[in-house]
Amino acid sequence: MARLSRLCAALAVPLLAVACLSAAHAIAPEVVRDLAFGGNDAKVKAIGTLAAGSVEDALPLLQALQDGELQTAGEAVLRVREAAAVDLVTGAKVAPLPEGREDVVLNNRVRRALASAIAALKLTATDRQVRLAAAQELQSGAGEEMLPAIARALDREQDAEIKALLALTRATVELGSAEKATRIAAIRALAESRDPNTKTLLLPLVEKKGGEFVETDSELRAEAELSLRAIESRLATGEMIGRVFSGISLGSILLLAALGLAITYGLMGVINMAHGELIMIGAYASYVVQNLFRAHLPGAFDWYLAAAVPAAFIASALVGMVLERSVIRFLYGRPLETLLATWGISLILIQAVRTIFGAQNVQVENPAWMSGGIHLMPNLVLPWSRIAIIGFAAAVVVLIYTLLTRTRLGLFVRGVTQNRPMASCLGVPTGRVDTYAFGLGSGIAGLAGCALSQIGNVGPDLGQSYIVDSFMVVVLGGVGQLAGTVYAAMGLGIVNKFLEGWAGAVVAKIAILVFIIVFIQKRPQGLFALKGRMADT
Amino acid sequence: MGAIERPLLAATSAPPPAPLRMARPRLQAPRHPLFTTGGWIAFTAAAVALLVLLPAANLALPADHPLHVPDYLVTLLGKIMCYAIVALAMDLIWGYAGILSLGHGVFFALGGYAMGMYLMRSIGREGVYHSELPDFMVFLDWKAYPWYWSFTDHFWYAVLLAVLVPGALAFVFGFFAFRSRIKGVYFSIITQALTYAFMLLFFRNDTGFGGNNGFTDFKRILGFPIATPATRLALFAITGTFLLLVLLLARYLVTSRLGRVLTAIRDAESRVMFCGYNPAHYKLFVWTLSAVLCGIAGALYVPQVGIINPGEMSPANSIEIAIWAAVGGRGTLVGPIFGAFIVNGSKSWFTQAFPEYWLFFLGLLFILVTLFLPRGVIGLFRRRARGER
Repeated sequence: MARLSRLCAALAVPLLAVACLSAAHAIAPEVVRDLAFGGNDAKVKAIGTLAAGSVEDALPLLQALQDGELQTAGEAVLRVREAAAVDLVTGAKVAPLPEGREDVVLNNRVRRALASAIAALKLTATDRQVRLAAAQELQSGAGEEMLPAIARALDREQDAEIKALLALTRATVELGSAEKATRIAAIRALAESRDPNTKTLLLPLVEKKGGEFVETDSELRAEAELSLRAIESRLATGEMIGRVFSGISLGSILLLAALGLAITYGLMGVINMAHGELIMIGAYASYVVQNLFRAHLPGAFDWYLAAAVPAAFIASALVGMVLERSVIRFLYGRPLETLLATWGISLILIQAVRTIFGAQNVQVENPAWMSGGIHLMPNLVLPWSRIAIIGFAAAVVVLIYTLLTRTRLGLFVRGVTQNRPMASCLGVPTGRVDTYAFGLGSGIAGLAGCALSQIGNVGPDLGQSYIVDSFMVVVLGGVGQLAGTVYAAMGLGIVNKFLEGWAGAVVAKIAILVFIIVFIQKRPQGLFALKGRMADT
Repeated sequence: MGAIERPLLAATSAPPPAPLRMARPRLQAPRHPLFTTGGWIAFTAAAVALLVLLPAANLALPADHPLHVPDYLVTLLGKIMCYAIVALAMDLIWGYAGILSLGHGVFFALGGYAMGMYLMRSIGREGVYHSELPDFMVFLDWKAYPWYWSFTDHFWYAVLLAVLVPGALAFVFGFFAFRSRIKGVYFSIITQALTYAFMLLFFRNDTGFGGNNGFTDFKRILGFPIATPATRLALFAITGTFLLLVLLLARYLVTSRLGRVLTAIRDAESRVMFCGYNPAHYKLFVWTLSAVLCGIAGALYVPQVGIINPGEMSPANSIEIAIWAAVGGRGTLVGPIFGAFIVNGSKSWFTQAFPEYWLFFLGLLFILVTLFLPRGVIGLFRRRARGER
């Protein structure tokens, strides 16, 4: 939409200009002649003169030049549009069209000057979008002759974003100036920038080529060095916050994926290899709910997640409870066999989903309120979807914590986790607790799937990519304690994102795996091992 | 083959009282012959079938003869025999020492890559770019071999690498893991992470092993063209011989004192420790040996199959190895070999006949074997032989 309106505005300006073309003769005739007949230098100079002059006169002329409507016939400069010609010096209509007309030829340098002159003139437009587009155009290629126009626009401009852009452009242009004082001022002005691109402007000033500095003036170099450092420190804050944020967001995904695993592992000592597939089932449940809403309740589509979250929980929890009752129950005390049997279950679940929904990824659309984000700094945007997931993970943790510490089921689960025979002796129905706890763990996996469906692809292999990561969280955090899982997930997420920034995603992953392998040398029971007698089993 | 299992921990008489120094009880079993007579007969029969009858049926019989063994079957059986070696290696550590590795694929693949490096270099200038370097290096604009490729144009050096690299990795990994007494599911998960990390590493183009595509398009091995029936048959025979040798070695190991300590570690590790043994040493030995066997199997696998890529290191592949051993019967030696043949045979049949049902079948196999056949197919036969149900 924004682009369209900008386009309309750009079209509207020349149309308006045509209306007042009769006033075009206010421009000095020699400027028009220079434009038409002069050499490239003369043309650029004429364009500069026009850009510095009043808008109503110059813009239509320049626009016509850009659109290839300017032609010469003998001594006359004509503007030809659809077989109607206007003499630009006299303003008189010329009909019929004279013979032997020639186009005004522009080379690249003139074209660039022309484009930025038009942009400079558009800086006075009333539409903010047009001004913004013009300022952006100028930033990419303004010459020194545009400085007066930019300075004037800077005085008038009220909008902060456009103003910052213009100031940056001015400094960029002045940086190439011949006068040292201007350049130093420009370098200092650039130091105020919040734009990552500014760095690339200043870097050549302090660069060395073949042992020699590209910039010979040491004072300039020192100034550039200072400005660079100022920009870097400002950018660094943004980058740092950005990394921590994406680390926390990754951490909360890991947390959601690993929470259920930690509960089932802590309770029964079995590692559920089908846990990833329970996540996948949750994601597909969200997909189905989304489709139902789209088909039957399109008006409430923005709120389909309210139904998808419980649906994902119930779907995964049911599958998990069936698994516990039908397979895992018979393998207690044989953890390695459970590993293999649950792996078999995961294969069956993957293939079943492939048969039902197809092997291709399916599309889960975000509700409208999740698109966009908070624009904190030029290099820092916090997307709403990520914020929502962090909040969701926090809510799930609080919920689980309450469930485990405040309810009867939670009491039983903790009791069985700590000492199964003793809990059984005291009348805790351990079998039923196992089933419920497994259902709970699986349901949380479903919630993780629902969250993942909002930020990534949903396909039959979705769970496989998270299974190793969530194991790592459990191994690192230890079992039997919620806090361990939370710290491990957040720590892994943040460390992962920071390593990614330095060394790339794959190396980061490998480094983390190596770190965990080394880590459990020191603390085989995880970060937050239960101490005392409980730790024996 | 009827290799009969002996009681695992024969009643060991307590050592004579030592007044000054505590001596640890010697788990000294009387030295038995490797196989019973029946066992040797079965072993010899298998050797004759593999090394004489099958090659003859492939080469000498005309193509329309009912007993003719087609070329593709030779390749398939050769491939499965490599898997059988891996299954045996897995059985040594899982069936006898009770350590479930979910990362054996990495050792297999490393052995394969070592052999693959040699095979890549023996392509010479016949690649797409007609360069001395392998195609993928030309594509990445590399000018020379990285240091770890040096000498890989020598066959025996590549073989040495196929043994040493998996062995060294397993030794270092096992040393730290067993020293800090990581066991059970923790160990399994960590080995899975290991193979996963290696898979990610080898997927990178910068690692220098062809990235995603790995090595393929081999032309010759030791100067022989690699795709001719004669070369394939030779590789087949070598693999068969090696499989039989590994079987003998494993049989020797598990009937020795070391084998008994291993079984004791599997069944009651704390007691073995209290008896004065250090389980870590025994575990480390058999773990490293198992990895070396996998490496050799990988080196035999690559020239027969003609490709090696990081997919071999995926966690799924490594878990499948465990199911070969489980289907055949853990804690027996012929069991895993049968298991490898059963699972992979049905895999190649299923993926041709009903590709969409293979995963269902494999998944069911995992569940049913663990639930109902804890001793595998071999256990089923033994039970019947003993006249039980």
